[in-house]
Amino acid sequence: MKFSLKMYIILTIEFQFWLFKSTTIKKQTGEHCQIHTKPERNPMRKLALPDEILLNIEKPARYIGGEVNSVTKDPDKVDIRFAMCFPDVYEIGMSHLGIQILYDMFNRREDVWCERVYSPWVDLHKIMKEQQIPLFALESQEPVRKFDFLGITLQYEMCYTNVLQILDLSHIPLHSADRTWEDPIVIGGGPCAYNPEPLADFFDLFYIGEGETVYDQLMDTYRRCRQEGKSRLEFLEYAAGIEGIYVPRLYEPSYHEDGTLADFHPVSLHAPAKVKKQAVMEMNEVVYPMSPVVPFIKATQDRVVLEIMRGCIRGCRFCQAGMIYRPTRERSVDTLKQYAKAMLDNTGHEEICLSSLSSSDYSGLQELVTFLIEEYQGKGINISLPSLRIDAFSLDAMQKVQDIRKSSLTFAPEAGSQRMRNVINKGLTEEDILDGAGQAFAGGWAKVKLYFMLGLPTETEEDMAEIAVLADKVARKYYELPKEQRRGKCQITTSTSFFVPKPFTPFQWAPMCPAVEYVRRASIVKHAFAEQLNRKSLKYNWHDAEVTILEGIFARGDRRVGKVLEEAYRLGCLFDSWTETFHNEPWMQAFENTGVDPDFYTLRSRGEDELFPWDFIDIGVSRQFLRGEWEFAMKETVTKNCRQQCSGCGAAAFGGGVCYEGQN
Amino acid sequence: MKVRIKFKKDGSLRFIGHLDVMRFFQKVMRRAQIPIAFTAGYNPHMIMSFASPLGIGLTSEGEYFDMELAGHISSAEAVRRMNAVTAEGIEVISFRQISEEKKMTGMAIASAADYLVGCKCRENGAIFTQKMITGFLGQQEIVVTKQTKRSEQEADIRPLIYQMELTKEGIYLQLAAGSAQNLKPELVMSALCRFAGIDEASMAWTRRRLEMYADLASEAERAKGIRKLVTLEALGKDIE
Repeated sequence: MKFSLKMYIILTIEFQFWLFKSTTIKKQTGEHCQIHTKPERNPMRKLALPDEILLNIEKPARYIGGEVNSVTKDPDKVDIRFAMCFPDVYEIGMSHLGIQILYDMFNRREDVWCERVYSPWVDLHKIMKEQQIPLFALESQEPVRKFDFLGITLQYEMCYTNVLQILDLSHIPLHSADRTWEDPIVIGGGPCAYNPEPLADFFDLFYIGEGETVYDQLMDTYRRCRQEGKSRLEFLEYAAGIEGIYVPRLYEPSYHEDGTLADFHPVSLHAPAKVKKQAVMEMNEVVYPMSPVVPFIKATQDRVVLEIMRGCIRGCRFCQAGMIYRPTRERSVDTLKQYAKAMLDNTGHEEICLSSLSSSDYSGLQELVTFLIEEYQGKGINISLPSLRIDAFSLDAMQKVQDIRKSSLTFAPEAGSQRMRNVINKGLTEEDILDGAGQAFAGGWAKVKLYFMLGLPTETEEDMAEIAVLADKVARKYYELPKEQRRGKCQITTSTSFFVPKPFTPFQWAPMCPAVEYVRRASIVKHAFAEQLNRKSLKYNWHDAEVTILEGIFARGDRRVGKVLEEAYRLGCLFDSWTETFHNEPWMQAFENTGVDPDFYTLRSRGEDELFPWDFIDIGVSRQFLRGEWEFAMKETVTKNCRQQCSGCGAAAFGGGVCYEGQN
Repeated sequence: MKVRIKFKKDGSLRFIGHLDVMRFFQKVMRRAQIPIAFTAGYNPHMIMSFASPLGIGLTSEGEYFDMELAGHISSAEAVRRMNAVTAEGIEVISFRQISEEKKMTGMAIASAADYLVGCKCRENGAIFTQKMITGFLGQQEIVVTKQTKRSEQEADIRPLIYQMELTKEGIYLQLAAGSAQNLKPELVMSALCRFAGIDEASMAWTRRRLEMYADLASEAERAKGIRKLVTLEALGKDIE
């Protein structure tokens, strides 16, 4: 049972995507971690935007930089300037742990100055377009186009138009093929880089996997190429030779008559046929930011984030993170205790949060949580414990760190019926859920949030209605308590999102539904709620279907959908992950204008042997394993988690993590 | 023990709003390990009260907030530690013990503030003359429209202008400030522009708060229009 964040809200999961390790950097502790954290005192640091603009836009603090722990260097004393971008608004981007790790790691190198870039909100976007103001990095306030690298993290498909905005406002040609040495090398990373094809035309390079492994090698290669006066293409060819680096320009797809991919192969001798995912294997040795940047304005995550492990042993069949971050690797409790102290001391944050895909599976959880409560509870530091299964220990810990009158518990059963939960391999029974809820109610909680997905493969109307039935059963658990133990009515809030099949999951073969069908399914659930005994204690919300369809297209899209993105951006699409700025009509127009059929990417059943655009990437987990899991799903058969029994997914090839636990 | 902290806010930090400055100082206190008192409960927070919020766009060399300490620390040590962990643009000037009385908090007693308004487009407001200002102040009343979040209100601001003169750096203003009565310098400047027939839209102001005061005059003295202003800083004493 989880009381926690739902898996599919991207920002609440802090899984590390393209982190990387520097072989030249020693293990860090709290003592020697402050390298360039103090900005040089320069009261005349000139802002890129004049007062007249800053005073007339929302939250000007998004654009001024200068935050505590931000890094300033002398541009004349570095060889490489790296602009690290999260293509969403500052408060979202600043909450992302991956960027903080990369920023810290790059700036430990004396020859690199890494700065940050976020998407200008729509108000400033308009002004920058009108006045031809080039996009700038926060620290130096200098134009991004001057930089050697522009790194863009790709965390969700609906930020793709923002990627084009970043390039456009930076005055960098949108297409890799049109760039010269006057432009930075544009490199992408993050979970969406596991299917980079929709963005292939816009990026010079993609980094596949966790960033700590080969960025140093890439920086060294770049420096050498520039010193030796190599051409841009020559550099890209050298880069293609680095494990984990994908250079889209050096590959060529061809298609069958029915539109499916016929072949995908390198057209340069420098480019490997398979690009291998990068993963950090020494979790206690790898760099971690002891002094993350502290924003002036409140970021979505305004706290210290302790990444306790990477990967997940569970193997839910819809979950991309659960596959691409295999094998599961833990940090030691001792390492984390040191990090917690150093990070709290260096930031002054009043909250610390544990981060992983499933914290209850972390073997040192009790020791770590007990330490944090004992050490910090009395010092006005909040402790946030997401992704926990409900048991005696976690309930006790939650009662210590939360005001239960105000807080709600979040459960993510993901599917309403047991049949459906077996299909998705969510190893969770109704009994687990109701027991957990019962314990929580007895512990004093009266508010519960439930998360489900609609549109999962093989879903029937009965499965949909079961969502409401399960919510009602949870409410009944509450009313089973003696009246004097209750606090009025309980509040069970149920949310559903629509399932989007992702690359490198057992469900990568699954067809999606048309938007109307999603809406119909949500209305079935809504009607089922109206029939429940405790309907007055139940609330139901569902997500937008139109965005789901677009997400599905770009998640499993190929190179040909790139032109749709470009057209949509031209038609004004921007900040598509924000309800207030999302408009479906221009997107539909973009498909029409480019002649791309959206249904080809969503509604089609993919054959067992169909070549997928992302198949050139080797994530360690084999396609054969994924296909086996798809077949188990169809048979409603559950697969054991990594600690119960190895399923031979292939991730053991990385030579560490959970695959070798208990062995020497 | 209660303390009053005086700080400067400069440069690009003028774009950081009041609530964010508060959050900033809460984190400064932790980074500097100042022994601060917390409220009880599940979400303990620092007891921190600002004398008067500074608007976005203004810089200041005299901002104040009061806090409650849970342990002893000397003024010199506290200032040193806080300045070691602050951001470029915020500098702590003093850290002094103040009266325990509730009615003596900065928020309760702040009653006037000094400002310097410069004009970026011409030579520090050189289009204004002392004669213009004397004429402006000589008016019986200066009625302006004060805009709040919800409504607009006509008000005579003349009694809230304590001093106004032309200096080399710009126009110096001493205005009513605090929770009872408060006048923003930009309101005075637009009234002056209207009075002098200057198109305000063509002006770009730089606004700097210089200092904040409490008024120690008695009720009787105030009735006669007498003010005895002392800086908020002067009401505290250094901790050894």
